[in-house]
Amino acid sequence: MKSGVLNLVVKRLGIAVVTLLIVLFAVFFATSMLPGDTASILLGQAATPEAVAGLREAMHLNDPAILRFLRWLFGLLHGDLGTSYANDMPVAALIGGRLLNTMKLAGITTLISVPLALTLGITAAMLRGSLYDRAVTVLSIGVISVPEFMVATLAVLLFAVYLRWLPALSSVNEAHSLTDLVRIYAMPVITLTFVISAQMIRMTRAAVIETLSTPYVEMALLKGASRSRMVLRHALPNALGPIVNAVALSLSYLVGGVIIVETIFNYPGIAKLMVDAVATRDLPLIQSCAMIFCLGYLLLITAADIVAIMSNPRLR
Amino acid sequence: MTNLVEVRNLKIEATTDAGRVVEIIRGVSLDIPDGEIVALIGESGSGKTTLALSLMGHARPGCRITGGEINVNGMDMAALSEKERAKLRGTDIAYVPQSAAASFNPASTIMEQVIEVTRIHRLMPPAQARKRAVELFKALSLPDPDGIGARYPHQVSGGQLQRLAAAMALIGDPKLVIFDEPTTALDVTTQIDVLKAFKSVMRAGGIAGVYVSHDLAVVAQIADRIVVLKGGEVQETGTTAEILSAAKQPYTRELLAAFEPKRRQAHAGAEAAANQLLRIDNVTAGYGAMRDDGLPLIRAVDSVSLIVEKGRNLGVIGESGCGKSTLARVIAGIHPAAAGDITFDGKQLQRAARKRSQDQLREMQIVFQYADTALNPAKPVEDIIARPLAFYHGLDRQARSKRVDELLDMVRLPKALRYRHPSELSGGQKQRVNFARALAADPKLIICDEITSALDTVVASAVIELLKELQRELGLSYIFISHDLSVVEAICDEIMVMYDGQRVEQITPDKVKAATHPYSKLLFSSVPKLDPTWLDGLVRDPELVSQYGHR
Repeated sequence: MKSGVLNLVVKRLGIAVVTLLIVLFAVFFATSMLPGDTASILLGQAATPEAVAGLREAMHLNDPAILRFLRWLFGLLHGDLGTSYANDMPVAALIGGRLLNTMKLAGITTLISVPLALTLGITAAMLRGSLYDRAVTVLSIGVISVPEFMVATLAVLLFAVYLRWLPALSSVNEAHSLTDLVRIYAMPVITLTFVISAQMIRMTRAAVIETLSTPYVEMALLKGASRSRMVLRHALPNALGPIVNAVALSLSYLVGGVIIVETIFNYPGIAKLMVDAVATRDLPLIQSCAMIFCLGYLLLITAADIVAIMSNPRLR
Repeated sequence: MTNLVEVRNLKIEATTDAGRVVEIIRGVSLDIPDGEIVALIGESGSGKTTLALSLMGHARPGCRITGGEINVNGMDMAALSEKERAKLRGTDIAYVPQSAAASFNPASTIMEQVIEVTRIHRLMPPAQARKRAVELFKALSLPDPDGIGARYPHQVSGGQLQRLAAAMALIGDPKLVIFDEPTTALDVTTQIDVLKAFKSVMRAGGIAGVYVSHDLAVVAQIADRIVVLKGGEVQETGTTAEILSAAKQPYTRELLAAFEPKRRQAHAGAEAAANQLLRIDNVTAGYGAMRDDGLPLIRAVDSVSLIVEKGRNLGVIGESGCGKSTLARVIAGIHPAAAGDITFDGKQLQRAARKRSQDQLREMQIVFQYADTALNPAKPVEDIIARPLAFYHGLDRQARSKRVDELLDMVRLPKALRYRHPSELSGGQKQRVNFARALAADPKLIICDEITSALDTVVASAVIELLKELQRELGLSYIFISHDLSVVEAICDEIMVMYDGQRVEQITPDKVKAATHPYSKLLFSSVPKLDPTWLDGLVRDPELVSQYGHR
């Protein structure tokens, strides 16, 4: 029974390593192909060609790309993420604080959006066809269709510019009290909740509605079960697999996809760090960020699969 | 109020996908006294399940009770609110579903679901409910009554689940139990145990019942009275004996006649032309990983040999999971055999279909059980039938069109149907199109895999008659795979009995009563007869049952 789950985890870990290698390889060469050169960007427009050539030599930028890639991989095996090209700091130190910030934002958003989305999805399925259901459906489709920068900009316009309730920028360092914290996180969290909830609401509603039409739910009805019992006891446990997967997919967006939100609110997260790194062609930093995004994604999906298996007695 | 159930002039409407409103129950009246079991019988679409469910005040999505009264135990189910109905469901009226396998929640244990009624209606404390459930398990002769409740639905067999569903219905001490085709999905050998269990429990408790079925022979065993339904109207009502021996309505007689189809007359010279068309020797096939000896881990077909002669038919019969459908797929090459030889029309065939020549493929056609899934729903009938004409014969458009008309004519379908899509045809029509497509290839052998199982008795017997006629006209041979003995008897010259992947016996239809292998004996004796005393008088060798009736 347990060996099924164990097998899956081991298999997933294997796939994760391979996926990670492919992603890293692709990111490395995609970045190498970008026009522009790390040395000349670092030295600025006034640099002499000799200085650029000297820096390139010093940073081993003249070595073949594959060699640099392998060198970085080798370092990774020893737990060394490399040294940033741009400011000569260890990548691990650069990422550390930023990752924590992104995790905080993701965590708060998860705590708010997942219960909200599940409640809306399940209630919409229970009251299928009602005005409430239609309102939820229309709203969630509407929110999917509006790009997040639009939501973010509108939020800034409303709360920061007109109402002046919240600061337009979210500088974490200024947080001294709980009210400060709420003021800082309110707008990014609201924006992200908008973005990721819509998908979860729709998937939850669809999954619950599908199980509601199964014979065992009809059987529960014919046993005299109430509507909430039919949904919570009979439909929901069997809809858990698809719901958990939808949640995992939505949450994975919080790891790597928050770049727009982080940029608009000037929130010092890891996605923003990666974009800055692309601007300076800072390969070790880009690689490390990509690896973290990829890992986060694989972790979430694997966790979702394990939950789905545990909830199904046939697979357990 | 004298009767437990009094239905008066009930009308139920359904809204179709296209938005059309159809009356599916048209003014039905029905009485059920206390303790009586009434059977609702009729073909699919006759409204029997809709009527039965309406007794619980339930109409499936898309259906609506539009008129009449449904008095059960003095309450009009049609007039009650949903909350009031819910109070009666499970306590006064209980339901045993058609497919218990689908009606048990896969994510929860059996015991939890069996006693759920007592939780919902707060009838008794859970510990007492569990004790009562175990008593019911014993009464329904379920194996391991103390432990079976802890299992999940996928861990017990279909026959056991069906009895567990009955326990689930009986736990609330209902006055009326509705059985919705509860044995249709079971093998005959299993069906008997389930029927016996139902009958004894219902008798012991003096519980009234509604038994929905399309199978007259099953109904004859358990019902006191029979109501024949057709097109949402009551055709005829009478005691079981009256209906079976003195049916008044032509439709009832048709149902009775369909139950005993005419035997096929072995046509003259059949023996003389003893030409082997198909011969398979020691064929083994299965699923799972290959073992060292080149055989698969799970052998669904285990060294089976058979011979089909030109113009003669072979029936293959056995319970579900005995390997008969795999055998069909092996012969057709869809599932290549792991060992053994297949010789067709004097030439040895490759095991895999894709290695066979186009002519070899053309001469052997297979027709599948579910026409619904075998016909492409996006294509009109003419395209479906014309496809093999272009593929095998390379006919041009005009010739194809002419041939499609001929083929539709052969399977007794009007030419106008050629423009329709499969979803616009009835079940019987779809199966005829399915068959016409096989005929289009001009085959010598047609493998029919349970082609009548999804059809109503009357429709199925018409399809069988058609098959016989086509055989006379075209000199075909059939391999006829079925779990239904009466169908196989009607059309086949030889019957092969399969059990657990092996051929246990081969006999002719007239010698069915003199079967020698113990499994064939058990199987043949398990087929219900139209005689109401059959089940009570049936004596089965307990050793045989424990050896083979493991489901």
